[in-house]
Amino acid sequence: MKVRFWGVRGSIASPGPHTVRHGGNTTCIEVRTDDDSLIILDAGTGIFPLAQQLLKRMPVQANIFMTHTHWDHIQGLPFFTPLYIPGNQVRIHGGYDVVTRRGVEQIMDVQLQYSFFPVREAEMKAAIDYRGVNAGEPIVVGDATVTPLLLNHPVVNFGYRIDCGGKSVFFTGDHEPWPNIYHPDDNEHAEFQQMIDQQQAQLDAALAGLDILIADSSYTLAEYPAKVGWGHGTLEGSIAWGRRLGVKTLVCTHHEPERGDDALEAVFADALAAAGPRAGEQCDTEFLLSREGLELVL
Amino acid sequence: MSELTPELERKLGMAVERMPAFPRSVQRVLELTRNINCLPKEIVSVIEKDPVMTMKIFKVINSAYYGLPNKITSVGQSVVYLGINTIKNLALGFAAVGILPRTMPGGFDVQGYLLHSLVVAGVARQLGVQFAKAEADPGDCYVAGLLHDFGKIVLAQFMPAEFHQAVAYAAEKHVPLHEAENWVIGANHGVVGAMLASRWTFPVELVDCIRDHHVPAAAPTALMDCLRTADQIVRLHAIGNSGNPWRENEAPAAPDRFGDDLDALVEQIGSLDRIVAEAMSFAQVAHE
Repeated sequence: MKVRFWGVRGSIASPGPHTVRHGGNTTCIEVRTDDDSLIILDAGTGIFPLAQQLLKRMPVQANIFMTHTHWDHIQGLPFFTPLYIPGNQVRIHGGYDVVTRRGVEQIMDVQLQYSFFPVREAEMKAAIDYRGVNAGEPIVVGDATVTPLLLNHPVVNFGYRIDCGGKSVFFTGDHEPWPNIYHPDDNEHAEFQQMIDQQQAQLDAALAGLDILIADSSYTLAEYPAKVGWGHGTLEGSIAWGRRLGVKTLVCTHHEPERGDDALEAVFADALAAAGPRAGEQCDTEFLLSREGLELVL
Repeated sequence: MSELTPELERKLGMAVERMPAFPRSVQRVLELTRNINCLPKEIVSVIEKDPVMTMKIFKVINSAYYGLPNKITSVGQSVVYLGINTIKNLALGFAAVGILPRTMPGGFDVQGYLLHSLVVAGVARQLGVQFAKAEADPGDCYVAGLLHDFGKIVLAQFMPAEFHQAVAYAAEKHVPLHEAENWVIGANHGVVGAMLASRWTFPVELVDCIRDHHVPAAAPTALMDCLRTADQIVRLHAIGNSGNPWRENEAPAAPDRFGDDLDALVEQIGSLDRIVAEAMSFAQVAHE
């Protein structure tokens, strides 16, 4: 299996000299399974350069898994050029939105409205279909299995675990480790914490034996108190999580749009230093910052 | 209100008194969700105290979509699974719909009325967002749309003979229902709806807007512009049933802020179909 990053930025595309090393495109990750089936995780602006690459080898058969419907994860979809070419097959997977009561097809519908985009879906000539995903129910793509897991964000967000040939990778999409909404002095605090701990334990169990963890690590621990409830994780939190799971590689992603390359590398180094070696713990985990073009083979 | 006779005012007042209180929980959810910094635990605590809202949330979350391993039986748990923002938006949807009655005497088309109100609410909110953001809270636009015709519910429920007569009069004389109500009852559904909104201690702008939505001479506000124009769009597209047998042949001019072409305006707010689909699914859940 091969994992390649095409977009690593959170919230809004941020091109410019300050992001040239890690890249300014919003979230898009390409996964090639052992039999070369194509899985795309999210359709941020990074999906456009990926599309250019794909056009070199037609027809395209793509399975796009949407973690959630926030703008930075969907805005590249209408620019996924293979959608316009007859003979291509694009299957778009995603969760049901309990508030709008619509399935993953709303991602296309909403963006292709007359006022916002010049092309109608009827004019896209690839075979496009939409598949709802349910938590914990695996989907087979080629020789891989993709398992959606429900995470925590201001909109319904599924992380996806991909297993292929005995190797595995998990991408959180946007995820804030469940915060306790109660103050420690509140009566409800302990009970709520118990529910959170149970939820985290279920997630960790579903990630057993994981090789690569790609985790939303938008903030630093110091920045986090001002961002509680915004739905994103921290570098320090992801490092601790990767260690706890014993993954081979942790990739921290969803970089803050205003954090330039130097600043990003500095806060990452600080977070790693703060985590430090733990007495008696053998830690073989490799810790990486995502960047456009980063390719991991497993 | 000054033109109401004391007798009529007493009679309408009695009808309004018999309507259910606007649930405190609904009011609190609407209040809390206007503040971007509201504490999640406050929302949870309000929802928990309202069994109807709680059950509706459980019903949606426990549906097959999320394949949750265990049935959700507490609001706290639903927050852990779906996140506070999703629960907040669900509660807000249910809050706005939950106040409408389930059934009505006298053949009043509740489902059609509900759809009409929900679509006007959705369109009014969209107009508020796109054309009056600084002047009117889109949440208020939504509530104004949802409740602008609520006076009809009061009349149909508690003064059924008079209301029926007004509907017949409107059909026979080809006049708008509010004019027929003025003629037959002495007050229109705007006045009655405003009395109810006032009893529910709604903000004064909302009360005024509901009262005057058929009074051309009333002082124009952004909220009123959004409501009236949304109502016109929905009536011209014949979506739902406002209970008004009269149909205008052409739309009156929309306020300047929207331009003078209603069809173009509909295109600008995106798809009416989307708002209708959303309204229909809410209307369905509201009656489950």
